[in-house]
Amino acid sequence: MTLDRSTEDLLRQLTPQVLGALTRRYGHFDLCEDAVQEALLAAATQWPSSGRPDSPRGWLITVASRRLVDELRADSARARREANAAVQADFVAAPADAERMADSDDTLTLLFLCCHPSLSGPSQLALTLRAVGGLTTLEIARAFFVPESTMAQRISRAKQRLRDASFALPPPSEYPARLQVVLHVLYLIFNEGYTTSSGPSLQRSDLTGEAIRLARSVHRALPDDGEVSGLLALMLLTDSRRLARTTPDGALVPLADQDRSQWDGAAIDEGVALVSGALERAPLGPYQLQAAIAALHASAPSSDETDWRQIVALYDLLGRLAPNPMVTLNQAVAVAMVDGPAAGLEVLAQLDGDERLAEHHRLDAVRGHLLELAGSYADARRSYLAAARRTTSIPEQRYLQDRAAALA
Amino acid sequence: MKYLLLIYNNPATYEAMSEGERNELFGEVERIMDELKGSGEFVGGQGLADPSQSKTVRVRDGVPAVTDGPYAEAKEQMGGYLIVDTETVDRAVEIAASWPDAKHFALEVRPIMHTAGADV
Repeated sequence: MTLDRSTEDLLRQLTPQVLGALTRRYGHFDLCEDAVQEALLAAATQWPSSGRPDSPRGWLITVASRRLVDELRADSARARREANAAVQADFVAAPADAERMADSDDTLTLLFLCCHPSLSGPSQLALTLRAVGGLTTLEIARAFFVPESTMAQRISRAKQRLRDASFALPPPSEYPARLQVVLHVLYLIFNEGYTTSSGPSLQRSDLTGEAIRLARSVHRALPDDGEVSGLLALMLLTDSRRLARTTPDGALVPLADQDRSQWDGAAIDEGVALVSGALERAPLGPYQLQAAIAALHASAPSSDETDWRQIVALYDLLGRLAPNPMVTLNQAVAVAMVDGPAAGLEVLAQLDGDERLAEHHRLDAVRGHLLELAGSYADARRSYLAAARRTTSIPEQRYLQDRAAALA
Repeated sequence: MKYLLLIYNNPATYEAMSEGERNELFGEVERIMDELKGSGEFVGGQGLADPSQSKTVRVRDGVPAVTDGPYAEAKEQMGGYLIVDTETVDRAVEIAASWPDAKHFALEVRPIMHTAGADV
């Protein structure tokens, strides 16, 4: 099916609204989700020839409701009673403004549902992309390089698990923890898409762009939440380097060597404004701190002119707020820029024997970098090679082997 | 994360089994496959023909030399493979441990490389 870009965008924007409206009214999240997918498919096949309806949202809700009611009727006698009751509730009569007011809340409620803690990580990602992002199963499967049947099974199992879940925001006692899960899922979708494929990707299955779009919708629903702003800012600032972080043939370019004129200035401005606002107004959180660090990198004309002292201070804060060996790793690099490689290696030594990192290539990669800065080329080379053997990323392995070869 | 599970066995062992034993083995394999497909972890997998059907190809000085039989001379040979996409390596190891060949021979669990890269 060939849809023009604006119709495609519209359909995806309407997906959570239509699904939200349906689930709020009928329950049966799993069946509603199927019905909405069918309505989307109907729109994609009919609109190009019949033209876009006056109210695309109303059209989709009507078609999806009909599918759902058919499905419920076919289901069982119990379901038939529910369907009859539901049919009597008149969609068209619902006040349009109230529906629209509910849209952004519905999107958020759906996200909470799709990122339900009872689902496995991969299921949360897949369901979020389909039910909230409006991607087809095939598109999600392609993005994760698995067969369509595998992805279909993941989604269907996740929906089954949620079939009796209520369509409501989590209670206040659970809200902060549940929001954390939602943000983490969006963060993982972003990272999954943050590949080395160079050039601006215009595919629908571009997960990085999708994560940013979803983070924007959460930000619209919760404009005052500092961590939501922080996450969106972090994504924008990280993604602003997309063009510069690989060579045309796909090799990785480290931050220090990137051509900063290729960074996306508009994304940087937006990210910096978001994180600055959040830091002023909201309680501090890990995403805001990471975004603040990314903002310092983004505003520096070169690696040497970066405010490394401030970055060390922010990592220090981040390490206290959310201790994590990855934070220590990054801090070691920043410390080395301020106080020299020996000081960085000292920070790194804190991680010796940390089981969470024992098998991780990043520890050896950073060690190699610091040893190289210190002039210990033979040791640096050994560390780079150890890291190259451990990574499962082809571009990273290539980069690490190149660094090792340069020191041979 | 995707893992390749290389299934090693000795075909002679299975040739020596009774029909009942072999059926039981196939039944186990079928159960695991159903489980993996149901959970959305199955990415792919195939059984391989007997190692005697292998051809090993070497090119030396631009000249291909083709010999019959497997590359490595060993009683145990790769008899098939599975590709699974699991949340953790522990889960991939658990799947390997449930596969019947692991009881008699071994499965090797090996990460599959991907093209995503973090910042360096």
